[in-house]
Amino acid sequence: MNPGMQAARQEALKAALLSLLILAVLLGIWHLATLQPKAVAAPVVALTAEQIEYAKLMGKDPASLAANAATGTSGKSGFPTLSQMGVAIARNLASPFYDNGPNDKGVGLQLAYSLGRVGLGYLLAALVAIPLGFVIGMSPLIYRALDPFIQVLKPISPLAWMPLALYTIKDSAISGIFVIFICSIWPMLINTAFGVAGVRKEWLNVARTLEVKPQRLAFEVILPAAAPTILTGMRISMGIAWLVIVAAEMLVGGTGIGYFVWNEWNNLSLPNVIFAVLVIGIVGMLLDLMFARLQKAVTYVD
Amino acid sequence: MPVFEPTTDLTPSAYDPYDADRPLMLRCGCGADHAPPAHATASLEAEPLGRSFMEAALVKALFPQDRVRRAFLKGVGRRTAMAALGSVLPLASLQAMAEEKKPLEKKELKIGFIPITCASPLIMADPLGFYRQQGLTVQLMKTAGWALIRDKIMNKEVDATHFLSPMPLAISLGLGSAAQAMNVATVQNVNGQAITLANKHKGNRDPKNWKGFKFAIPFEYSMHNFLLRYYLAEAGLNPDTDVQLRVTPPAEMVAILRAGNIDGFLGPDPFNQRAVFEEVGFIHILSREIWDGHPCCAFGVPASFIESNPNTFAALYRSVLTAAAMARKPENRELIAKVISPAQYLNQPEAVLTQVLTGKFADGLGNVRTVPERADFDPVPWQSMAVWMLTQMKRWGYLKGDVNYKQVAEKVFLITDAKKYMKELGQPVPDGAYKKFKVMGKEFDAAKADDYLKSFAISKA
Repeated sequence: MNPGMQAARQEALKAALLSLLILAVLLGIWHLATLQPKAVAAPVVALTAEQIEYAKLMGKDPASLAANAATGTSGKSGFPTLSQMGVAIARNLASPFYDNGPNDKGVGLQLAYSLGRVGLGYLLAALVAIPLGFVIGMSPLIYRALDPFIQVLKPISPLAWMPLALYTIKDSAISGIFVIFICSIWPMLINTAFGVAGVRKEWLNVARTLEVKPQRLAFEVILPAAAPTILTGMRISMGIAWLVIVAAEMLVGGTGIGYFVWNEWNNLSLPNVIFAVLVIGIVGMLLDLMFARLQKAVTYVD
Repeated sequence: MPVFEPTTDLTPSAYDPYDADRPLMLRCGCGADHAPPAHATASLEAEPLGRSFMEAALVKALFPQDRVRRAFLKGVGRRTAMAALGSVLPLASLQAMAEEKKPLEKKELKIGFIPITCASPLIMADPLGFYRQQGLTVQLMKTAGWALIRDKIMNKEVDATHFLSPMPLAISLGLGSAAQAMNVATVQNVNGQAITLANKHKGNRDPKNWKGFKFAIPFEYSMHNFLLRYYLAEAGLNPDTDVQLRVTPPAEMVAILRAGNIDGFLGPDPFNQRAVFEEVGFIHILSREIWDGHPCCAFGVPASFIESNPNTFAALYRSVLTAAAMARKPENRELIAKVISPAQYLNQPEAVLTQVLTGKFADGLGNVRTVPERADFDPVPWQSMAVWMLTQMKRWGYLKGDVNYKQVAEKVFLITDAKKYMKELGQPVPDGAYKKFKVMGKEFDAAKADDYLKSFAISKA
């Protein structure tokens, strides 16, 4: 083993250790912040019948209320402690695919719905954006003609399209997919056009001298040359699509991880919301890693 | 118990089970399944069995020996016998079910709902099997907000829906959406709302001091909006200029109250009680203190659904009315709280729902209050109440120009149908369609709606 590689390894090990340390610190802060303070003195509290009744209705066991008054803890609510969080995670992971009718499904099924929606909207966007990007990239005239439209449409928040989509498409499921479509189309379109326009002139000139047919030119010269840029666009699009799906599903409801968050928010069940947030983060990371791999595969050295 | 109605007063039919002088023959001597006098026609076409046949079959079952039946009838008399049997047998509903031989046009239905206790009857009808009983397979679709409820019913993504009772009026008139004829089959619930304020206002209970407050309401076309505006205007505040009213989905009200974005809300339960349970707010007043017996949510369908699915609509009607009758009884409330609390329905702690439905609750100020009328489920779609909603829409500028109140109310609120099906199910049927009522002490008479509208000091009309 050469010394260079050994140094790199040591570096990676150190980074991993540092990550773990940061995680431990964060969990430690969480634990301390949710720790319930313990009172020193234990005053004797006598409760009237009405107070006991009231406490019961407030979801506090009167027997433990006296104890609570002694220890200084108050009620439930608030941020979950680490152990409550652990219970929530374990419960959700224990049966990720249960199905209690249309309004109550396991987190695994909800994720599948979200991924399906993102996949479909994203695929449709790719089918439109990449060919169109090719055309725009190859023809400066079309590029200039379409540019104002793209510039205006691009910054519109995808959720702003939702009411319009619901009104015109008249179907909330398809509207959700449309929103994914519209938000993931722009980075792909612009990056494809940019990549195609940026193919080195020498390569095109060589192809022309060799009298390569247009189809072959597109697939064997331009596409491989522009591929890294196109994939960057696709990676950005996927990131945005995954951001938007959660918001869209919270708005439209029904199914999906966004609906799961919304439904648990209704119940003010923070442990479940935090669990869903973690799941959304992890899935987003996996999607991004997938595109990073693809990107690596098509990158070339000039 | 169902009211037993004599069916054979005028012309005794061939099956008359209360005729002591004739044998009770249900089948023809030829052995086929028809009555003796109908031998000629029955062999040609299969007649739907009439109501008297149902009764005859039941009496036959009670008195297998005709001799005993005749003796019984001679002994007690025809009317007494009919009344006595009517009190032990659910004849009316059995007959209604038998009449439902008509095929359902659509058996699988989707019904939209918002997860609030207002929707209790249509939600509980699912786990308690009231839809199945009528041959319907229903999928309840939980929906995120009222605007989406409107879009989904207008787009036919759901067949029937739970909505705020002013919504079908607004949709039918094309207010806030394209115009589409909507119908209210039943009111879902009466009362059951409250004004909840943030804990920091515990010392500020007089609405006159509420200038600058921010309130959440579930939707513009909601009783919540109209009741809150009414209440504030009575205290001399102009709801359009003196306070801020924010449209917020019910489910989000507690969360934003906790976050301090609003000072309070007039919202549906269980969120008032949930705010108390979470110790973020207290119940200032129950909505019944503004108008006792006010309607809130309704159950309805687009008019086009009734046209193309009359029998399915009838079955749906019966399911929901059956559920409403059960929900009205105080002794069932704890059971209802249990069946509607799971994640696929309300997704709320049962302890909160029980307080809302039984009316024994903690008010957030340290008192236990007992108000059994806190929530009720009177299904009658009073047309006078529709007229009141229209006057309020005019009062606050949602509805401009002249409106024929009664025409709109009668087109949208199907009180005649409701009464018909209530009668069929043997439920007590109310009189009239324009019941009078009082809002904050002031009587409303639908016949004098225009004078009523003119009587308000704060108004845009």
